[in-house]
Amino acid sequence: MSNLAVLPILLPLLAGIIVAFFNTKLTAVRLFSRVVAILNLIVVSYIGWDVYQNGTIILETGGWKAPYGIVLVGDMLAMLLVITTNIIAVACVFFASKSLSDKKESYYFYTFFFLLITGVSGAFLTGDLFNLFVFFEVLLMASYGLIVLGGEKVQLRESLKYVLLNLFSSMLFVTVISFLYSVVGTVNMAQVAERVQEVEQKGILTTIGILLFFVFATKAAVFPLYYWLPKSYIVPNPVVSALFGALLTKVGIYSILRTFTIIFHHEVDITHQLFLWLAALTMLFGVIGALSTHNIKLIVAYNIIPAVGFMLMGIALFTETSVAGTVYYLIHDMIVKGALFLLVGAIAILAGTSDLRKMNGLIHHYPVIGWLFFIASITLAGIPPFSGFIGKILLMQGGLEEDQYAVVIIGLLTSLLILFSMIRIFIQGFWGEKDETFTPNKKGARGFTWPIAFLVFFSIYLGAGAETVYPIVEEISKSLLDPTQYIESVLKE
Amino acid sequence: MEMITSLLAGILFATGIYNLLQKQLLRIVIGTALISHGAHLFILTMGKLKRGNPPIIVEGVENYVDPLPQALILTSIVISFGVTSFLLVLAYRAAKTNDTDNMDELRGNENE
Repeated sequence: MSNLAVLPILLPLLAGIIVAFFNTKLTAVRLFSRVVAILNLIVVSYIGWDVYQNGTIILETGGWKAPYGIVLVGDMLAMLLVITTNIIAVACVFFASKSLSDKKESYYFYTFFFLLITGVSGAFLTGDLFNLFVFFEVLLMASYGLIVLGGEKVQLRESLKYVLLNLFSSMLFVTVISFLYSVVGTVNMAQVAERVQEVEQKGILTTIGILLFFVFATKAAVFPLYYWLPKSYIVPNPVVSALFGALLTKVGIYSILRTFTIIFHHEVDITHQLFLWLAALTMLFGVIGALSTHNIKLIVAYNIIPAVGFMLMGIALFTETSVAGTVYYLIHDMIVKGALFLLVGAIAILAGTSDLRKMNGLIHHYPVIGWLFFIASITLAGIPPFSGFIGKILLMQGGLEEDQYAVVIIGLLTSLLILFSMIRIFIQGFWGEKDETFTPNKKGARGFTWPIAFLVFFSIYLGAGAETVYPIVEEISKSLLDPTQYIESVLKE
Repeated sequence: MEMITSLLAGILFATGIYNLLQKQLLRIVIGTALISHGAHLFILTMGKLKRGNPPIIVEGVENYVDPLPQALILTSIVISFGVTSFLLVLAYRAAKTNDTDNMDELRGNENE
């Protein structure tokens, strides 16, 4: 029992409420938000270190004993993801004032921003399925606020679809939880896992599991439920897109990872076999989308989808190597997608257009951003020694161990096409003759550079410094495949 | 009793989805509201319906109603109330700015 587990949720929540009262005093709010974001990163890093040293921390909220009350479970996986979330939050809070107009900032941007972080951290930390639904709603409510910020014609149109789709899947989520409650009589994840294990996951429980998968798959944008994602992710401001692209779909993937390793893992032939084919189709269709457009923002948005496919593939293969690959890829993808969305946002602002055909020779004007974009692109594609490579090699290794050659080939082909789709932006946008008539905005570019470089640094570190991170990921993978660890740490205090 | 409420929840879901698939924005919003009502009724049914008993455990009292579904519904009602009211405002703004409330016309083009 430790109160530390609630801090990653409490700090951004309080900060969000405080900044709501001072929304017009922009200088103060900016400073305060930056300080809180950095403070929060330090606090969660400390908690992460504490968990690494002393094992999982459990908080039974309100003093209610484990299966009756809501528990917050700070295990290594949750903490690692919360730390990553806060790294992205720091980069975005510094980027925000550069890309948002003062008016948009004063319309409660920072409040929604902190509430989004609250929801995401809460979803990672909670050990209770219904509470997971509540935190989903917290982060979705914040994201509704962020996506309409500015109130442009396109934004209103696309956010309408985004809200409707999420509302529908949330209602499905509640229904599935009540199904599960009627069968196993609890919503505490550890106890659900224990009871599902006792009855060896009978047919009805597998059905509930697949329904639950559909709920999370809608949030995570798995084939065929990804159609809502690309357009609704490109309409808001770049910093909002970065938050969405880096965090929202990953919460869905995390939920699949958690539920299908700890709770529904007894009928692997049915559930995980389905995931494997969905993963392959997700990769292919996502990357085809990325190749089909000339809008740089849309290319990056479509690239979220194959990444989801890769992570789902690791869960589907369900071996120690492949789950480690999923966890590694999850962290890598959060950081690199944050960086890429900020980059294309910056490029679109600096070049004045997001249409690839109208760009040319930008590297002469903005060399630093150009090279950062190049590094981020090849990181995404998985070229050694960068972080995408480590995640992908683990996934491919897992696939070969299980003799799933078809999916491995699709995965490798997808990586190649991802590289092609990203390098296309680099070649067409950055190479070419210097446009002398173009007056570069050097000062604006410098403002954009630092937050992006911050994220790219972590991305490089995850690749080059894999030796320091990999043992933790391996440990997480082992604990995920051995659910008794999780169950015991929650239920036996 | 469980049978009747289950059927009612099913009818609410069916009419909700029918409305959700319409083209007019307001109908879609009503559809989501109906679906959330169906979901709430469903939670109540799943906790087994017993009438006339308090949801409180007192020592010696064997007959009590499961309090958890009630707590879940309360949370869920508050959330869906919030989201529905937000959705109504959003739909109003979107229809006004785009000069249409027809989903076909709100589809949007590729490059803009």
